[in-house]
Amino acid sequence: MHLTIDEVRHVAELARLHLTEEEIERYAQQLSAILDYAERLQEVDTSGVPPTPYVLPLQNVMAEDIPQPSLPNEVALANAPDKANGFFRVRAVFEE
Amino acid sequence: MSQALYELTIHEALEGMRRGEFSAVELTRSLLERIEQVEGRIKAYLTVTADLALEQAAKADARRRAGEEAALLGIPMAVKDVLCTAGVRTTCGSRILENFIPPYTATAVQRLLDAGMVLLGKTNTDEFAMGSSTENSAYFPTRNPWALDRVPGGSSGGSAAAVAAQEAMAALGTDTGGSVRLPASFCGVVGLKPSYGRVSRYGLVAYGSSLDQIGVLARDVRDAALVLTVMAGPDPHDSTSMPAPTLDYQAALTGDVRGLRIGLPEEYFIAGVQPEVEAAVRRAIDVLADLGADVRPISLPNTDKALPVYYLVATAEASANLARFDGVRYGYSAGADSILENYRQSRGRGFGAEVKRRIMLGTYALSAGYYDAYYLKAQQVRTLIKQDFERAFEQVDVIASPVAPTTAFRLGEKTDDPLAMYLSDVFTITLNLAGMCGISVPCGFDRQGLPIGLQLMGPHLGEEIVLRVAHAYEQATEWHRQHAPLSIKA
Repeated sequence: MHLTIDEVRHVAELARLHLTEEEIERYAQQLSAILDYAERLQEVDTSGVPPTPYVLPLQNVMAEDIPQPSLPNEVALANAPDKANGFFRVRAVFEE
Repeated sequence: MSQALYELTIHEALEGMRRGEFSAVELTRSLLERIEQVEGRIKAYLTVTADLALEQAAKADARRRAGEEAALLGIPMAVKDVLCTAGVRTTCGSRILENFIPPYTATAVQRLLDAGMVLLGKTNTDEFAMGSSTENSAYFPTRNPWALDRVPGGSSGGSAAAVAAQEAMAALGTDTGGSVRLPASFCGVVGLKPSYGRVSRYGLVAYGSSLDQIGVLARDVRDAALVLTVMAGPDPHDSTSMPAPTLDYQAALTGDVRGLRIGLPEEYFIAGVQPEVEAAVRRAIDVLADLGADVRPISLPNTDKALPVYYLVATAEASANLARFDGVRYGYSAGADSILENYRQSRGRGFGAEVKRRIMLGTYALSAGYYDAYYLKAQQVRTLIKQDFERAFEQVDVIASPVAPTTAFRLGEKTDDPLAMYLSDVFTITLNLAGMCGISVPCGFDRQGLPIGLQLMGPHLGEEIVLRVAHAYEQATEWHRQHAPLSIKA
């Protein structure tokens, strides 16, 4: 198996995902099977082959710097789960 | 007239409205009645916008009376629910966006609205377009109009089923690894995936940003060409939209394929393909040869590496894209008492199983110590896959293959085995990795009466040639005139 239970827990922490114990076990098995399948990539000789992160020849597309109206505050906040005084409200990031 | 209005193609309906035979309101009413009759069995829509549709139809009629001739004036269509529509709920098939109402409209949708489209509603999808059967929708599965115990394919299964069941004249879908072409094949309709960069992705909720492209599900090739003509072209809101001239794709439909070179990749005609699928595709290629095309064998040697490349690249991109769902700015919030715990709980509860699985896989592939072995390696093999296509298109104009190894499978058949589900995409993901264009066009049925699709693939920005070949084939056959045998309950 590629992935241990502890590794799955670690990846879930990186991804900020709360998983149940049952999910952790299931993902350890399923992700290991998928990674086993992905092993076939290691057979390919890629020495000197550049990566393709993106297929287009476009680079550094520039736009004119023209001021334009943005979303009104109340529209931007319309879907917010919690808001106050025209801001998104979140729990304190730093403890007192 | 024995034909109901909802049965018409877009080009037939435009002609009928031009001649004053019926109005956009009458056409829209016909579609809405059809939805009422069959939607309970198909479940193609997450949201039906009946009142809005009738209002837009009345406006279209007014524009036509004023002498206007817009390209889609009064044409009722559906839009996959991963495309933002201002004021209309956009869920992405996810609980995390159950109540999300976008403040703006996707460029592709806006262009259709400006051209007079009537929006019937938003169609079901695998959650965040991650899936091949539409069973990963957090709301309900959609059923295949040809056999209600079968899946419509995915992830644009709601759009394909809506078109096949004549609940929409055409529909927008999105295709990251085959999500337009696979459901088109399973539902017996036309599915066009434009080249990466041909259609603006602004307002498309991102899954795999280097792969995603908006496409069309339609009843025939002419309708697909018509819709692409309206929505294609550069957009200042998407720096990855190509600054290429926009074309009238209907002009490409000459019906003439004489002398065109069509390549058959040996790697797409392999053991594991349902024999009836292979036979139907080979017969379709014979039809094209009879029409004067020059058919020749080619090789795309890295085809069997495409699936692992896709599931590493797409999930890595997804893990970054879906980081935006944090329970702060929009979407479901668990209301936990620390910010970190609120991220974990909101995402853990808001996302479904497949989305979490892909976020996990992508996060792992990008994590320290594994980046080179998985993500970088996948991107290098992606280069080889792209080069396979570039070499092939030096020898041929179009590549023909099956869309999928099988016809539509049963609901529940593959839900417990993610890898088996992923294999449905084995013949479609290559194009997304290479950024090129392709189409699925109906080419027959298996013994159980399930539709089979012919895939035609073209080079980057080669939509004209792909549409031309698809149209010539379609006009030489009768498959596109067959409709799902949905009895209408009184």
